[in-house]
Amino acid sequence: MIQDWLSLLGSPNLRWVLLGTMFLGMASGIVGSFVLLRKESLVGEAMSHAALPGVCLGFLVAGRELPALMTGAAVFGLISLWGIRVIHRHSKLKQDTAIGLILSVFFGLGIVLLTMITNSPAGNKSGLDSYIFGQAASMVPSDVWMMSSIAILVTAAALLFFKEWKLVIFDPLFAGGLGWKTKTLNSVLSLSIVLIVTAGIQAVGIILMSALIITPAIAARYWTDRLGVMVILASVIGAFSGVTGTLISAVDGGIPTGPVVVLTATVIFFLSFLFAPKRGKLAQVLAHRQFRRRWKKQQALKALGSVPGTAASKYESWQKALGAKNNEAKKLWNWLKKNRYFM
Amino acid sequence: MSDALDVQNITVAYQESTVLENADFSVPQGKLVGIVGPNGAGKSTLLKAVLDLVPKLHGRAVFFGEELKKVRSRIGYVPQRGEVDWDFPTSALDVVTMGRYGHVGLFRRPRKHDKEKAYECLKELGMEQYAKRQIRELSGGQQQRVFLARAMAQDASLYIMDEPFAGVDAKTERAIILLMQKWKQENKTIIVVHHDLQTAQEYFDWMILLNKHVVAQGPTEEVFTKEKLQETYGGQLAFLESSSSEKAGNPS
Repeated sequence: MIQDWLSLLGSPNLRWVLLGTMFLGMASGIVGSFVLLRKESLVGEAMSHAALPGVCLGFLVAGRELPALMTGAAVFGLISLWGIRVIHRHSKLKQDTAIGLILSVFFGLGIVLLTMITNSPAGNKSGLDSYIFGQAASMVPSDVWMMSSIAILVTAAALLFFKEWKLVIFDPLFAGGLGWKTKTLNSVLSLSIVLIVTAGIQAVGIILMSALIITPAIAARYWTDRLGVMVILASVIGAFSGVTGTLISAVDGGIPTGPVVVLTATVIFFLSFLFAPKRGKLAQVLAHRQFRRRWKKQQALKALGSVPGTAASKYESWQKALGAKNNEAKKLWNWLKKNRYFM
Repeated sequence: MSDALDVQNITVAYQESTVLENADFSVPQGKLVGIVGPNGAGKSTLLKAVLDLVPKLHGRAVFFGEELKKVRSRIGYVPQRGEVDWDFPTSALDVVTMGRYGHVGLFRRPRKHDKEKAYECLKELGMEQYAKRQIRELSGGQQQRVFLARAMAQDASLYIMDEPFAGVDAKTERAIILLMQKWKQENKTIIVVHHDLQTAQEYFDWMILLNKHVVAQGPTEEVFTKEKLQETYGGQLAFLESSSSEKAGNPS
């Protein structure tokens, strides 16, 4: 196994692919942080599903050329975004309903197109289905180059708009009061999501690309209460997931990249959920336990004060005043004794 | 001296009904102004329309004799506390620093003196020990004081505040009043949407009674009369008077 990896790392193509998926994961984590805080985790999901018919149409028009497939994905990503907005604004439907509608309709259309293509003589060897779950190792240098450029562009946009996105998401009214074009700023963020989904279709796949956007951000949120730190953490988690997914799927060519990327990111999320300080489950449980213990000791002391007499013989009346069961009462009694609250 | 705010016939409609009809009033500089009216009277909408945050069907607002665009940096807006995500990963000091964004300019980072200014504002409101605190960990009153410090950091000459007293503790209420009076002494103008009739008379020296349209405007002693309040609140006033003792200080 290790030898497999070492020999793989010797392959210059894979090294480029790894660098590319690292950039992709980084940019996804950064954009994902803003998307998560804008409470639009599902929008990325809809966009990535909507990209499928775009990819198929791109293939029908130009054959298996990455630029064509990407253009198709981007156009349909934008259409889905626009569709969600229109439905949300002009009907009484809530946004999640609009997202569900758009997601399923476009994905349905995509599957119909995909089946038609794979059933056709030209299409059955197209390998188009690898775009659904991603196959990073199949990328050629020009593909990697394109993916990386988009990822770096999106990263640059996030750096440039950091302060603006932060305020527009946190307090859009205040941002509007400053005279900022809140709609434009929001659109640039949405466009960044479309771009990063588009960039990731070949390496990570259409379906799971949205998970690479959201999961690193959720994991990062557990560790910090500062946006800057969250964005950096999310980018590191994203990059790590991207690289790990690529490596594992390259060793076993049968496993598509997307699922491994998502599993990696999810493991990190789960570890964060459990072990992060303050926000993590373990820290919260421990903090609550500590509080409970402190509270019980206070109660035990109070009960001791309320019972007349000073001798250790008042155990029973004390227990009654405290209202605790035998086991617990004994523990607390011993604690009182040990700390010399009575002689 | 031109008026701090001159509202000319503003009408706002959401879908098929108007929420504000021909609102027309002006506010002289250096006044502490209360906008008072029942629920659904369009008070918040009025503020948003004036600041171009919601589209107007008709009418316009003029600030210091100028278009809004030219005087944005002189206007500080304090939205309702409930309209932001308090779980957002940011600290009290960071939120106050946002008050400097208008001065910092687009695509630039706040500089050291912006942060120092923000810290001073927090301190002025007795919040300096919470500077590094995540905003979710603050109480409602403390959150409101952070918002106030942010407005202060803007260094504006006209402040527009949406229900700053809603759901805050007595200490915060006092801090807000003191700050507003200080601003007034500096000849700044403060316009406040307010819910509580009990305190309105005491807080404001100028008042606008609003119920979709402007019922009355002017110095408090002229406007805050039983007849005019009756006209603004209609049948709700009797209810307000009888139940205000228990509702005071806790407007929804």
